Amino acid sequence: MSDEALTPPATAPSRLRSAWESDLIWSFRHAPVAMAATAVVLVLVLAAVFAPLIAPHNPFNPATLNLMNGFTPPMEPNAFTGEVFLMGTDDQGRDVFSTILYGMRISLFVGFAAVMLALVIGVTLGLLAGYLGGWTETIIMRVADVQLTFPAILVAMLIFGIAKGITPPEHRDQMAIWVLILAIGLSDWVQFARVVRGATMVEKSREYVQAARLIGRTPISIMLRHILPNVLNPVLVIATISLALAIIAEATLSFLGVGAPPTQPSLGTLIRIGQGFLFSGEWWILLFPAITLLALALSVNLLGDWLRDALNPRLR
Amino acid sequence: MSALISVKNLTRVFDVSKPWLNRVIERLPKAHLTAVSDVSFEVPEKSVYALVGESGSGKSTIGKMVVGLLRPSSGAVEVDGVDLANSHDTGAVARVRADIQMIFQDPFASLNPRWRVRSIIEEPVAVQGGDTQGLAERLLEQVGLAAIDADKYPHEFSGGQRQRICIARALASEPRIIVCDEPTSALDVSVQAQVLNLMSDLREEFGLTYLFISHDLTVVQHMADVIGVLYLGRLVEEAPRGELFSNPRHPYTQMLFAAAPRMDGFGREIEPPKGEIPDPINPPPGCAFHPRCPIAVERCRRERPEMRELGGARVACHLAE
Amino acid sequence: MTEPVLSVRNLTVEIPTRRGVLRPVDGMSFDIAAGETLGVVGESGAGKSMTGNAVIGLLERPARITGGEVRLKGARIDDLPPEEMRRIRGKRIGMIFQDPLTSLNPLLTVGEQLSETIRLHLGVTETEAGRRAVAALDEVGIPAAKARIGSYPFEFSGGMRQRVVIALALCAEPELVIADEPTTALDVSVQAQIVALLRRLCRERGLAVMLVTHDMGVIAEAADRVAVVYAGRLAEIGPVREVIQTAAHPYTAGLMASTPLASVGQRRLRQIPGAMPRLDALPDGCAFHPRCERADAQCRRDPAPTVTGCGGRAACWYPLTRSAGEDVA
Repeated sequence: MSDEALTPPATAPSRLRSAWESDLIWSFRHAPVAMAATAVVLVLVLAAVFAPLIAPHNPFNPATLNLMNGFTPPMEPNAFTGEVFLMGTDDQGRDVFSTILYGMRISLFVGFAAVMLALVIGVTLGLLAGYLGGWTETIIMRVADVQLTFPAILVAMLIFGIAKGITPPEHRDQMAIWVLILAIGLSDWVQFARVVRGATMVEKSREYVQAARLIGRTPISIMLRHILPNVLNPVLVIATISLALAIIAEATLSFLGVGAPPTQPSLGTLIRIGQGFLFSGEWWILLFPAITLLALALSVNLLGDWLRDALNPRLR
Repeated sequence: MSALISVKNLTRVFDVSKPWLNRVIERLPKAHLTAVSDVSFEVPEKSVYALVGESGSGKSTIGKMVVGLLRPSSGAVEVDGVDLANSHDTGAVARVRADIQMIFQDPFASLNPRWRVRSIIEEPVAVQGGDTQGLAERLLEQVGLAAIDADKYPHEFSGGQRQRICIARALASEPRIIVCDEPTSALDVSVQAQVLNLMSDLREEFGLTYLFISHDLTVVQHMADVIGVLYLGRLVEEAPRGELFSNPRHPYTQMLFAAAPRMDGFGREIEPPKGEIPDPINPPPGCAFHPRCPIAVERCRRERPEMRELGGARVACHLAE
Repeated sequence: MTEPVLSVRNLTVEIPTRRGVLRPVDGMSFDIAAGETLGVVGESGAGKSMTGNAVIGLLERPARITGGEVRLKGARIDDLPPEEMRRIRGKRIGMIFQDPLTSLNPLLTVGEQLSETIRLHLGVTETEAGRRAVAALDEVGIPAAKARIGSYPFEFSGGMRQRVVIALALCAEPELVIADEPTTALDVSVQAQIVALLRRLCRERGLAVMLVTHDMGVIAEAADRVAVVYAGRLAEIGPVREVIQTAAHPYTAGLMASTPLASVGQRRLRQIPGAMPRLDALPDGCAFHPRCERADAQCRRDPAPTVTGCGGRAACWYPLTRSAGEDVA
């Protein structure tokens, strides 16, 4: 087997060094697209996390807003106050750059949380379906099939609508973010479940799982300790690509007006607000949030693509 | 000698039907595959009993039933007098189960690639809550590896070394019985010799009993005390090693021996065996071997031969003498 | 002496990796004459399949031939463009692989596959090709060949499928057949049938056969000469009886002795210590020296010389049988 001959010799100089020379890092160092995408993602995520420190204004504090600053174009002093804004201001005089930073926080938070929710549900159900088989599998996978026949955004809107209906009106704005996460997460678990089920069925038939059964491990313990670590590679890939999709889904929902409220605007809400001013000449209110969303979604997606290739042993 | 493992009328049927909807639409009947059919044998303590057969002979299925990975459809596996599948004394079953371990065929699939060797070897003991202090190091040295190997991952080892790790894991819970399912068929000849020698040494040292499953007659001839020959899920002949190889009585055994390639068979011209193994879903009636048997008579087509004592052997053939 | 069908000289295959260049085939030389079967044995990773693939130009990138030459009936074929090589592979070199399913198209009947190959390479009419296809199936011992010609590959059993592959490999009347582990996936009784079939066809048609396998018993029964490969290098080559019974290379001797057949009745098998080195960690000198009980300082330092005698040659400083009085090259 040339396979055996090609694996590294059984000497490990130091853990750091072997990690640096591991196949994943090696392929990363030789993929300029992945490195560029990582850089963009890192900059955007750090900017979002440290928004309160970076942002010149706090767009959520009405006390700092001055309506006189409304519709200031980028890099031009305001006619009344003389203030200069990097990306201009919107109709209420909010600094666009600052709203983008804060908006990204919400977009990223919703995206991460939704993917985590989808991942936990999907991986759990996938493991159960793949390992137990029989009726458990039939029920889980049929539900998944049915859900796949609807577009994810429709499912999310449906869940959003139901949740909105049952929450009291005075809490709606506070609840909106959590409902978004729930809606996107529940519409996205299917692909995790499918991939994990398939991988679990492969691992289940391997002899190390039989050995563990023989030893007297319980099915739960086998699933968690033996199978789960071996099916995580594809989960990681899907999670990354799902993150891009979840950010876009959140933006779509917010754009349609069913997502983040204007008091806590996400990138999608900003784009919705901005598109109202596009034809009246205030292009910057739309353009900068849109570019940010594009850069974020694209680079996360590129990162996911690279990860899929790098973790796929057949393509290496 | 009393029997440590006693297999009685063991039968295993698999449902290989297509899904319900396909059956209804295509008007197909349910399909059953009888992988093991009415097999009985006994393994005395501290001996090596080998099951040989070609693909579809049911040898691996028997092995899985003996260790408890599969439940018999009917019949029983008794170890130390405890019926593993049907006994209600859960304490006794658990005690006996702990005495049985298994070594698998594929050394690349039988070790969890994400676990360190130490965790792999200690797992059988750790799961039962036993003391694992220094266990992995001691066992690694016993199977001819180094104590420092405990902190490595399986991919850092060659096939033969991995099989040694599997053996160390099997030994960890101090079992009395090890079921070896084709333990060397994935290994190269020179490595196979090392592993077989190790297994012989360990058997003597620990007083182990092996149920050895293989398709390789040469390996079986080297390792086994008593050999059972399987054909299409049925035991067709059982005899002590010397007896079987010097005087095979069943026509299938004779055919198998004649067909096996030989190191001194330079340019050997033999009449190759007729036909192939039949479809196990629709086995031939009567003796399963009759369509390929050179001496079959009308009775063989009708009536399945019972196992009968013949000299020092047991043979399932109407005509064997 | 007549010209050999296949002549391989100093064949070297290299794979560039990020940890350096690996050499899975290193300076391999051998001939196969018409009507002769050369067995190639070795452990997994020794380079025996890679040698076969290099000869027929089927190396998977990034592996490539970096030295030596391959001649078919005197004409070099290792430097041909891929298009020409493809024509030679179907017409003049037949191939049989371990898994019959990979070499048959599952969507075409065996008859279609056979007659297409025949028509393509022999330029006969469609009806003639169909007639020859039936004859080809008949020749490899498929019962009721005429009725089976319209069957798909999955309708055949493993052994019958391998017969179809053999028919397919031979139907264009090649001069050389490369069989890579043709019986490994088969049961003992079927394996004996396939070995007998290969030998009969090879004798009747005067084919040159390169039989790659790890099974010493199959080699002993089917090969005329045998090449033993170790760590990408030829350890020993010679007539099958001499190599098996009086091996010159300590590795060959150890390999033969470690098969259970060689030590019937003994409690322990003879074993070679250690394992074959990985290609990225080959020792200096003779690659076998860390496992060899005859090795000394010279073996550790210098590559082994080629020793000839008894119709064969071995690469060893201290060969076992042919050392005394034999000519040393």
